[in-house]
Amino acid sequence: MPHPDAEAMAENDTRGARLRREVIHRHAWPVRLTHWINALTIFIMVGSGLNIFNAHPRLYWGQAGADFDKPFLALKAFPDWLTLPSYLDLADARHWHFFFAWVLVVNGVLYLAWSLWRRHIQRDLWPTAADIRSVPRSIADHLRLRHPKGEAAKRYNVLQRLAYLGLLALAVGMVVTGLCMSPGFDAFAPWLVAGLGGRQSARTLHFLFAFTIVLFIAVHLIEVLLAGPLNEVRSMITGRYAVPPEDE
Amino acid sequence: MIITRRQALIGGVAGSGLLLTGCSRIFQADALTDSASFQRVLAVAQSWTRATQRLLLADGEMAREYKPSDISPHFKANGTLDPGGDDYERHVAEGFVNWRLQIDGMVAHPLSLSVADLRRLPSRSQITRHDCVEGWSAIGGWTGVPLALLLRAAGVRAGARYVMFYCADNLDGEPAKGGEQSPGQYYESIGLADAMHPQTLIAYDMNGKPLDVAHGAPLRLRVERQLGYKMAKYVQHIQVVSDFRTIYGGKGGYWEDNGYQWYAGI
Repeated sequence: MPHPDAEAMAENDTRGARLRREVIHRHAWPVRLTHWINALTIFIMVGSGLNIFNAHPRLYWGQAGADFDKPFLALKAFPDWLTLPSYLDLADARHWHFFFAWVLVVNGVLYLAWSLWRRHIQRDLWPTAADIRSVPRSIADHLRLRHPKGEAAKRYNVLQRLAYLGLLALAVGMVVTGLCMSPGFDAFAPWLVAGLGGRQSARTLHFLFAFTIVLFIAVHLIEVLLAGPLNEVRSMITGRYAVPPEDE
Repeated sequence: MIITRRQALIGGVAGSGLLLTGCSRIFQADALTDSASFQRVLAVAQSWTRATQRLLLADGEMAREYKPSDISPHFKANGTLDPGGDDYERHVAEGFVNWRLQIDGMVAHPLSLSVADLRRLPSRSQITRHDCVEGWSAIGGWTGVPLALLLRAAGVRAGARYVMFYCADNLDGEPAKGGEQSPGQYYESIGLADAMHPQTLIAYDMNGKPLDVAHGAPLRLRVERQLGYKMAKYVQHIQVVSDFRTIYGGKGGYWEDNGYQWYAGI
């Protein structure tokens, strides 16, 4: 190639003095692959979940609850354009939901197994003592939209670590509360259903956890935009991440 | 690339909104939903779910039973609330004394039993939670004859796999469920494992009183480890079969013929 671009030159430059941008291998392929499978699956789960919810848009606390019982939360049906398919259809929404629930679970189990084996969770996600001490400063930095640069940008900051761990906990919570709505599963593990407060409580928690995941996605996308969308998205596709240089 | 806070917020909210909300269009999901081959792909999950639950419930696990104080003050009735028609109304007027439950198909001794006959047989009472596919639940007390007892009396022949239940009601559908629905005779089917489960009853009493019309008088099925739509009301005829593909829509039940899962443990 007669005219290699500046970035490629910088990558190949080992002397470092004229290095404008350092490129590191940020995300391992199992993380990238499971991330994108999740990204697709989560939209299908939210869309079909809202369609299922619309068949009875009221939430209760306890084992039982129907039209004549006091709701925990009574909502209106979500608009069709939010749902999958884009018209009320409990039968088809359930087919979508229960197929992609399997995809989500298999993908999640593979991610967890790999992440624990290669110590991704222990090393990259679990906050260190220094991380915990830096929480107030990290919150202030996030609010001022100041993103880590240089060495600090090569690792997840403490709010990222907590958010990703929280998302993992939410995902486990989604699966458990989802299973607890199943009458078959309930005969297998009635103690788990009771522990959550009952079948209708599990349904309510399933909805609230899903809502929290949607909030996570909104904040996640905003942070991607703020941190430099091209670099961030590329790093999640190819794994290569250009480290933002330290301030002069 | 410099992005202001305002641009980022607008972009983020718009972007996530677009992604979240437009997914039906982005993925052409409505067209996929209608495609028969894609439906076959999605249906694969049903067999995974059924196989997994069969494994979890291999020891005949019992559905949880509740205390009398847990009984829902108002048990929602769904689907057909009154089958109507001359025949059914005559049965109501007669107090169901001439109602017969026919048991035939792959059995050694076909049976025809009145409600009074059933009431003289050993019974089981249970207070269980009824979970509707729409999402709601209600707790009720049921008394009836274990189906296993009836099937043993009739003598299920080798090769039998399913038990069919034919009902006195025609259902037009249920608006809350949405989707395309077609009217038809209500019927259902369950596998032999569920049919022989001790909590599977042909129930005649609800909360200590004879079943009322809205809840399936005079006889209804209880299959406690599956969803409400499996629990056929107004049952007149039980048939033991090896295959249900030639019966009505071929999917094993009214709601199954309208797109719902045959295995409704989830």
